[in-house]
This record gives sequence, C-alpha cells and structure tokens, in this order.
Amino acid sequence: MILIAERINGMFTDVKHAIADKDKKVIQELAKKQTDAGAAYLDVNVGTAAADQEGTMQWLVETIQETCSTPLCLDSQKPAVIAAGLKVINAQNGVILNSTPLNRKSDEEILDKYIEMANQAGPKASIIALTMDKNGVPQDINTRVAIAAEIVSKAMEKGFDTQRLFIDTIVLPVKVPDAQIQPSNILSAMDQIKYMSDPAPHMTIGLSNLSQGASERSLINRVFLAMAISRGLNSAIADVFDQDLMNIVATAEMLMNKQIYSDSFLKVYSSA
Amino acid sequence: MPVPEVAGRFTGSVNRLTLGATKDDGGTRTSTVTVGGARNVVYGGSAADAGKKPVIAMDVLDSKPDNWSDVLLEPYKDVLDSPGDWAKKCIEEFGAELICIKFDGIHPDKNDRDATHAVKVTEEVLKAVGVPLILWGCGNDEKDNQVMPKVSGAAKGEKCLIGTVTEDNYKSLTAIALADGHHLITEAPLDINIGKQINILASDMGFPLERIVTFQDTGALGYGIEYSYSIQERQRIAALTGDKMMAMPAICDVGYESWRAKEAKQTEIPEWGPAEKRGPMWETATAICLLQAGADIIRMRHPKAVTTVKNFINQVLKTE
Repeated sequence: MILIAERINGMFTDVKHAIADKDKKVIQELAKKQTDAGAAYLDVNVGTAAADQEGTMQWLVETIQETCSTPLCLDSQKPAVIAAGLKVINAQNGVILNSTPLNRKSDEEILDKYIEMANQAGPKASIIALTMDKNGVPQDINTRVAIAAEIVSKAMEKGFDTQRLFIDTIVLPVKVPDAQIQPSNILSAMDQIKYMSDPAPHMTIGLSNLSQGASERSLINRVFLAMAISRGLNSAIADVFDQDLMNIVATAEMLMNKQIYSDSFLKVYSSA
Repeated sequence: MPVPEVAGRFTGSVNRLTLGATKDDGGTRTSTVTVGGARNVVYGGSAADAGKKPVIAMDVLDSKPDNWSDVLLEPYKDVLDSPGDWAKKCIEEFGAELICIKFDGIHPDKNDRDATHAVKVTEEVLKAVGVPLILWGCGNDEKDNQVMPKVSGAAKGEKCLIGTVTEDNYKSLTAIALADGHHLITEAPLDINIGKQINILASDMGFPLERIVTFQDTGALGYGIEYSYSIQERQRIAALTGDKMMAMPAICDVGYESWRAKEAKQTEIPEWGPAEKRGPMWETATAICLLQAGADIIRMRHPKAVTTVKNFINQVLKTE
C-alpha cells in the first residue's frame, strides 16, 4: 500500500499558521512524524492559506526537504503551482503530481501537461489522474470507468509507464444528499480499472473526504479503506497518524495475500 | 512482429551476503563467498538480474557418522576420524566452495560430545582449510545452547554462518552470533509464516537482516520436495516485491535429507539399479530442483553429486 500522508495541507489550522508565520518547525515536524508513522509520500497542499500559492508551494517543498528525504506529492489543481514546486524539488526519490482531470473546459490538454511535467521531473515521477473530465465528476460507474480508460490509453500512447500512473476515483462526502450511492459505485469502478493495463495502474483515493462533515469520521474512513483494498486499491491519501487505520491497512493487505503473514504482521508492516 | 517482452519486473531484491573474513577483514580465511543479489525469479529477466551463483557447502561431521550408507562413506573412508582432513578433501578433491561443520556428535542421543570437543573440531577445520565455514548445531536446543556459543567464540571474527535459531530457541545463539561477528541461519519447519516471524524475532534483538540466511527444513525428492520448492519460490517472490523480512538468501540441506531416502541408501534391491549411482543421483535431482526454486546455498554430501550439480550451476543455471 502506497500511503500518502495528508497533514501538510493549508486547510489544517496549524499548517495555515505555519505558512503565515513562515514557521518551518511545524512543517518539518509533521514531515518527520508522518514519515515515522509509515508514509511513503508526503502530500503538500498550500490550501487557501496564502495568496501567493506558487511561492508558498516552493517554501513548503524547500522547508520539508531541508530535513526530510521522504518523496513528496505536490497537491494542486493548478499546473502552475505544481510547476513552481517542481522547480525547487529534489525528486531523486520520486515525486507525485497530484492531480489532473482527463480534460477541462478551459484546458483540453491538461493531462498531457502533467505527463510532460512528470517526464521532466525524472523517471520516478508519477501523476495522480482523477476520473473527472470537462463535464465534472461523474456520478455513475460507467462514466468513471470510461474516463479512467481514456486516461490509461493516453498514458500508453505517450509512452508513460502505467506504473507511474495513479487513478483517483474521487471519493465524495457520504453525508452530501444523494451521495450515498457513490462509495459502492467507486468500488465497482475499481473492479474494472484494475484490468485496464498489465501491470495495473495504481488506484488511489483521498480517503478523508469520504467522512467530511459526518460523525464517526475515523470509523467511516477505516471501513471504506478495508473495503476498497479488497477491490484492488493500493494507495490512499490518508491520516497516517490514525494507528487503527494503519493496522487495518496491514491486516487487509495480509488478508488479500499481499504480505506474508507472520505473528508480528502489524509491527513490521511498512507502506510501499 | 517483435516478440513481446513478458519478463516480470520487480522492485526488490535478495540481499547480498559475504561469508568469511580474510586477514584484511580481521579473520584468517583465504577466500570469501558472496551469495544472493537476485532481482528476478530463477531464469527470469536478464543474467544481470540473476544475482550471484549459488554455492555448494559440503558437510563435514564432527564425529564419525554411524548411519551413513557404504556408498556415502566410501569417498571419505580415510578421513572420517579427522574433520580437518575431511574438510581439506572436500575442498581440494571434490570442489566444495564452503565447508559446513555439522555437530551431530554433540547430540545427547548420539555421542553426547562436549564443548571442548566441538571447539577442537572447529579449530582443526579452520586451520585445515581457507574457505568460509558454516557451523551447524545438532538440533537439540539445550545442548546447542551449551555448545554452540563456545564454537562461535572459537571462530570469532571469521564471519561464519552459524545456526540454526528457531522461533522457540533463538535468543542465546542470536546474541552470540552478533557478538562474534557471524552471520545467522534462521530455521522454520517448512512454514513461510514462521520463517518470516523468526527473522523478525532475530531482527528485534538487533541482528541485522542483511546478515541472515533462511533455512526451511528441506524435503528431498519423493519426500516433500514440492513443499520446499514452493516455499523457496514464494520467499523469492516476497523478496522481489519488497518484503524486507523475506529478502534473505536461502540455504537447503540437500545432503542429509536425500540420503535419508530409502531410494538413495538402500543397497539390497538390485532391480532399483546400482546403489553407487542411485544415491548420488537422488542427491543431484534434489539439489537441481531446489536450485531452480531459488536456493542460494546447498549443503551436499556425495562428491559425484557435487560434481554434477556444479556443472549444472556453471553451464545451465543463469547467473550474473
């Protein structure tokens, strides 16, 4: 399981303040603690904390990489913000560009641009592509699958290794009216996406979004993660500080025969 | 139309491990042996991914064996009472790359020899040959815990491979091997889950994973070799897919297990063909099968089998 740790995000108050005060220590501690907790990548999202998103992305990347070599997952819907981060990053251990839709009304070629940026960032650079297009986020299974297929074929056409491609099926808050059908739609879409190439593209989700605004948030996240792992999910942007969640990842992967059982299976589980 | 590339690619690899310490390295060995390093399954990928050549360790017993078949005794008849000469013969005449001293004689049900004897044998073999050694206890926990620490001490700094430690008995030998600078053999009863667990337990004691060799009780041809094969194969795949607790080179005990088979040792059934050919063939077939499953070190006994298996390794097996 490739776990992408979610906490370095300007939506969180401590990070927002750290960005405003240019307080490196808060960011560097989060980087270290999330790495120790088992993160394979650290998500870096400027959020709405700063007017200068490009400058802030650069400051975050430089701040983290001063003390931490865990690869980063640059998280922005704006290619310019990702590009700014890439200018200062050390991507030797890898980097994920997070994220691009298949296309946008304002930018039909956005997926091409992300693939291009990833290629320039080095052989270990990956991208997260959302099952979303210029018509927005699809609600049904088939459109999700169709968009994923277009993304995968575009990557293949461009010679971009599908092992560097993460398909994000977009998890929506379950509490939103009429959204309760979505989790099972996503699982059904995963059943098909995993057969789109061999080896399969990675599949990831922004897990915490699922429980946005709901009660029993951790429980909802944990249960859905176990369900999704059983359908082939092999990555998630998640709260790696949730020890129960991490134990569920280890157990689900063991039950899916991805890790050999040993009596100490929880202790030795490591994300990757 | 181009032939499609179907070879699997993997991100992990089997650890590389060097046995033996030369003078420069604080020991007295005149040569070292490096094993492991595979980045693919056997015959998978390019030769560069195949890792180091598997090696053959020949068994030398600390005491004269009492239940070996005549066919197996014959090549050693003049050296059975002298482990040093025995080891020398294995190296100089039979082409062994490692010597495994098997301390059968310390077992309470056999000769019940003491630590002084075991240390003397160790010193004798260290003096007689320059290759790296494997030091292998008798399998009785209590006796091994008494004797093997002394044996370890007698070979301190030589970077031997010492064992075995099991899930139920690992603490003292692991600590001693760590203190004396040896590598460790972890043993499991043909059980991949216990195999992983014992590696974790040794690692929890501070023993570096890169210095462990795994041993799953070997099944000979006709006696469970399919279990050995599939477990070795599964361990290799786990290593290749990044399981650090399973990324060790593997050792198989082919000599002892093959010669337990009645098909190997029985001399009184003429319709089975001549015993002097049958035994070595049984050992050869077992070894070759396990090499193809991914074994890195093979313990063997009969020189004829060793010759054939070495030819197989050099001419047929793909290695770097």
